Amino acid sequence: MKSASRFIPLLVLLLFVGAVSWRLAVPNDEKIPSRLTGQPLPPFELQSAVEGVKGLSSRDFASGKPRLVNVFASWCVPCIAEAPLLLELQRQGVPIDAIAVRDKPVDVANFLKRHGNPFERIGSDPESQVQLALGSSGVPETFIVDGRGIIRYQHMGPIEASDLAELRQRWEQAR
Amino acid sequence: MIAEAGLASLWLAAALAALQLGLAAGLGGTPGRQLSSIRAVAIGQGILTVLAFASLVLLFLRSDMSVLLVAENSHSQKPWLYKFSGTWGNHEGSMLLWVMVLALAGAILALFERRLDRRTLGATLGAQAMLALGFFAFLLFASNPFERLSPAPVDGRGLNPLLQDPGLAFHPPTLYLGYVGLSVAFSIAVGGLVRRNVGPAIARAMRPWVLAAWVMLTLGITAGSYWAYYELGWGGWWFWDPVENASLMPWLAATALLHSVNVLAARGGLRAWTMMLALVAFSMSMVGTFLVRSGILTSVHSFAVDPTRGSFILALLTIYIGGALTLFAFRIATVKEGAPFEPVSREGGLVANNLLLSVILGIVFVGTLYPLLAEALSGEKLSVGPPYFDAVASPLALLLAALMVIAPQLRWRRDAAPVLPRIAPGLVVGSGVLMATIVLAPGIGLLPRLGLTLGATLVPASLQPLLNRSLRRTPLAVWGMCLAHLGVAVSMIGMASDSAFTRERLAAARPGDKIEVGPWLVEFRDITPVAGPNWTALEAELRASRGSGVVVLNPQSRFFAEPPTTTNEAAIDTSWNGQIYAVLGEQDGEGRWQLRLWWKPFVTLIWFGGCLIALGGALALIGRFFRERRPRRRGEDAFA
Repeated sequence: MKSASRFIPLLVLLLFVGAVSWRLAVPNDEKIPSRLTGQPLPPFELQSAVEGVKGLSSRDFASGKPRLVNVFASWCVPCIAEAPLLLELQRQGVPIDAIAVRDKPVDVANFLKRHGNPFERIGSDPESQVQLALGSSGVPETFIVDGRGIIRYQHMGPIEASDLAELRQRWEQAR
Repeated sequence: MIAEAGLASLWLAAALAALQLGLAAGLGGTPGRQLSSIRAVAIGQGILTVLAFASLVLLFLRSDMSVLLVAENSHSQKPWLYKFSGTWGNHEGSMLLWVMVLALAGAILALFERRLDRRTLGATLGAQAMLALGFFAFLLFASNPFERLSPAPVDGRGLNPLLQDPGLAFHPPTLYLGYVGLSVAFSIAVGGLVRRNVGPAIARAMRPWVLAAWVMLTLGITAGSYWAYYELGWGGWWFWDPVENASLMPWLAATALLHSVNVLAARGGLRAWTMMLALVAFSMSMVGTFLVRSGILTSVHSFAVDPTRGSFILALLTIYIGGALTLFAFRIATVKEGAPFEPVSREGGLVANNLLLSVILGIVFVGTLYPLLAEALSGEKLSVGPPYFDAVASPLALLLAALMVIAPQLRWRRDAAPVLPRIAPGLVVGSGVLMATIVLAPGIGLLPRLGLTLGATLVPASLQPLLNRSLRRTPLAVWGMCLAHLGVAVSMIGMASDSAFTRERLAAARPGDKIEVGPWLVEFRDITPVAGPNWTALEAELRASRGSGVVVLNPQSRFFAEPPTTTNEAAIDTSWNGQIYAVLGEQDGEGRWQLRLWWKPFVTLIWFGGCLIALGGALALIGRFFRERRPRRRGEDAFA
């Protein structure tokens, strides 16, 4: 066995331990704001992701009222964790739309059936094109878009109970 | 009293583990008498941990609510089977089970191992004691299962109703037997590296443990997959969830190890590689346990999330894996390689098998940890889902299946004879199936089509090593190999058929409505309330007919009072060519019920194949035991 390659497994272990201890040490990390914050939504027109719910277009946001856009997928486990919190926001009167990424109608329908449907419109983004145009690289993410279609805030990762107040406040500010 | 006795046994066992480690460390000079005392200590440690575990089981069976763990996880009204399985349906109990299996494995090794020389066995038992010591410390200092609760509550807080299932009673113990069986391979590799003794004897000592652990992991994963399939009510059989990956990664490493250990035992080759895999296999078990127990990755499986415990296991696994890999890095250069071989040979095929399995392992490892790494590097949280795993792992799995068609028929060392005639039967069947899918099912995807084709090719190919030899004199190990490979083929056909031909319907229906799914016509007849021992439910009556055949399906929406939770109990009817699967959902505002129906042709082959694989492993294991007891003839060590 070559002299250098026998240390590779050790390096992999070090990398693993490094990443994991960082995670254990910094449980509540700061999130990096997206460059798209303050920019208008990229134009898009998405078909409905599930029977019975309208699709989503960037034009829908010129309504004069701020809305939330949740980027999610039925195969995404953290999305299940945040589902009840989205329902709570909707119950508080926050209108929420969604973009379902790389998903199938039956799966979305089942997801909504199991975890509730807080969404007014759900656009299907089968190739992640809109997701990427939004500057979102993972699911779940949540954007606040004001009544003129300007992105005002981006929340990365699942919404947790402790994020509710801030999201609600940011939504109020976007009026 | 029982709780205190259990705790005392645990402390004593921990003390014996420390003693065992000390004795093994002092074993440099005269190994004679010391080895027998190490053996005795290892056996004592095994017995004491069994006692500790038995006390916990007894506390759960008697619903002793003065013990914190019982009060938090059990309930006096639960059926006894779930009280019993509740022992390990929680963090502390499952860690005690883990430690018990670890100590028992050490005891069995001490009792029966006669192939290793004394010093290597001493070093191996020392390594095993060191592993056990860390996990004893973890139990005693960070997860004491025997902690008392005062005052004792009137009754307990129940058990997660998803876990109240007969399948679950045996799923974790099976997986743990697998994980921990690999610890012995790990310890033997460490012992061999410490004593600079890396050769066929090590491989022969390791082989039964690897085989047994691999059989258990295969069964555990198969059962877990079926459990998720019928209990979660999502119709899927694999979700690439971190907890599933945690069991898949050791299995992949163990599968590679199982093959390379045979090269080492039979031909003396692949020494460094086999040692590496032995270390990696158990490391993956520990990494899996860590990922699951620390709650560091989000999962659908519910486990206690605790950063203190996470740090403790992380420290343990850093010491163990880091120590073993360092030992490997410094000792392996001195290991001589065995007999040389040509690329086209049995060894060459096994090397390719090992590489493919290792790459798949790497893919699953990276995919499981990628969310964590991405967050560490860029601060973004994200989820890597089935789109990644399916797209990257499936082609490699297909390649592996293609390799399985030919490799078992190659000769050791070099094989110059033409290959094609040997795989002709497989090719004929495979191309027949390929034609049939193109003509009869032109719409299915490329991966399912290739899966069906390769699966069909592999069915005759996997049985071919049995041809042209006297079946009566064929070693059980060869039967085992053929059966296991056949199992892979069967399982693959099931997976491909499920993804190619499944029909699915989501309907809002009133009693009296009829819904079509695949070849079935399902009539929604009625919905009635029913009650069980600790739940109440709404049960639908569905009458599914196909031709003259009629089955009645009763999916339930179940409500548990303690703790308040609703689960969907899927109703599944199995026929020879597939399963019809029904889930009852919520009622909408207009009196209609959500019904989800699937027709899944040949889906059962997935788990049937899994069982065949495990059975193959078990046959090989039995074969090894009988052969070990017969005097060995030279060159008789055939491949399993």
